[in-house]
Amino acid sequence: MWIKVVLIAALTLLAGAGMRAPRGARHLAMRRIGLVAFAVFAVTSVLFPSLWNWLARQLGVGRGTDLLLYGLVLAFLGYIANSYQRFRGMETQITRLARRIALDEVLVPPLDERAPQSPRTDGAPDDVVDSKPRLPSENGLDTLS
Amino acid sequence: MLNSDTWLVVPLFNEARVIGDVVRAAVATFPHIVCVDDGSTDESAKCARAAGATVVQHPINLGQGAAIQTGLTFALAQKGASYFVTFDADGQHRVEDAESMVQALRDGQVDVVFGSRFLDDRTRPGLLKKAVLKTAIAFSNMTSGMHLTDSHNGLRAFNRTAAAALDIKQNRMAHASEIQDQVGRLGLRYVETPVHVLYTDYSRSKGQSLLNSVNILTELLYR
Repeated sequence: MWIKVVLIAALTLLAGAGMRAPRGARHLAMRRIGLVAFAVFAVTSVLFPSLWNWLARQLGVGRGTDLLLYGLVLAFLGYIANSYQRFRGMETQITRLARRIALDEVLVPPLDERAPQSPRTDGAPDDVVDSKPRLPSENGLDTLS
Repeated sequence: MLNSDTWLVVPLFNEARVIGDVVRAAVATFPHIVCVDDGSTDESAKCARAAGATVVQHPINLGQGAAIQTGLTFALAQKGASYFVTFDADGQHRVEDAESMVQALRDGQVDVVFGSRFLDDRTRPGLLKKAVLKTAIAFSNMTSGMHLTDSHNGLRAFNRTAAAALDIKQNRMAHASEIQDQVGRLGLRYVETPVHVLYTDYSRSKGQSLLNSVNILTELLYR
């Protein structure tokens, strides 16, 4: 019953996929290739519907529609794994942004917390108090590592 | 000035009631304290500042792990900063313990000092809390290959080498295991030292819920 082998292998792979650290462009390209392949495959299925029944018989599945359903479940799990990786990537970006804002604001408070000032017409920046806390970026330290 | 080469890093989230007292009690021994306000919705930042701490404010709530990393990044950029201590905002940690940990670092034999509740019998967590803690600790030990008796203790001291090498990516509560992991992987010299954690009624009412342990374990697997 080959379908059992295929399903177990696919499920194991997908469970493991979520544990790897999130990466960028490579996955995007793979996703795009996958989409095109899917489109081609979908068109083929429409033109040759008996293809599914034949494939099902090879793998030991009763009907073509059952095989299609298994495929759909796997595709869905794959989508979840991929979504989670992208979510983690975005969370990291937001964290870096927030950290950068937090550290920058130690010297200059955010707009809504400053004492009211008359608007300047000469375009010069507001005065920055040269107090002791220093920006990490001034020390050549990489805050975005 | 006493301990002028040391910065206390205090992750702060909605502790307006006690943070003033905590900072005031610590600032006599540790003049440099940075409180990282992690998007508090109360007056925490104001109270911390009034008590004498430098406050770095996250524009949104990120989590304790993120707050610690922000605090370390800030402190590392300060002139003369050689030692760094993560210290809780809720009054559970004792200043004396932090002091002895920094002293251990000054001796130069270790890069990291981990505080532990379980090296002696002074601290008395509740039975259920103790069981959950021990499970989490066992898991952390298994995955990091290190052997700590209390990896989820918020009281830790680092010298500059260790603090600069750390890169905490776990924003929320899984950061404790991540720190242990990184210390092990970086080959930093470490030691555990007994500390006394004060479980007051206030701090007991907060603390990590048991359900959160599920989140911690998941976050460790699915980074």
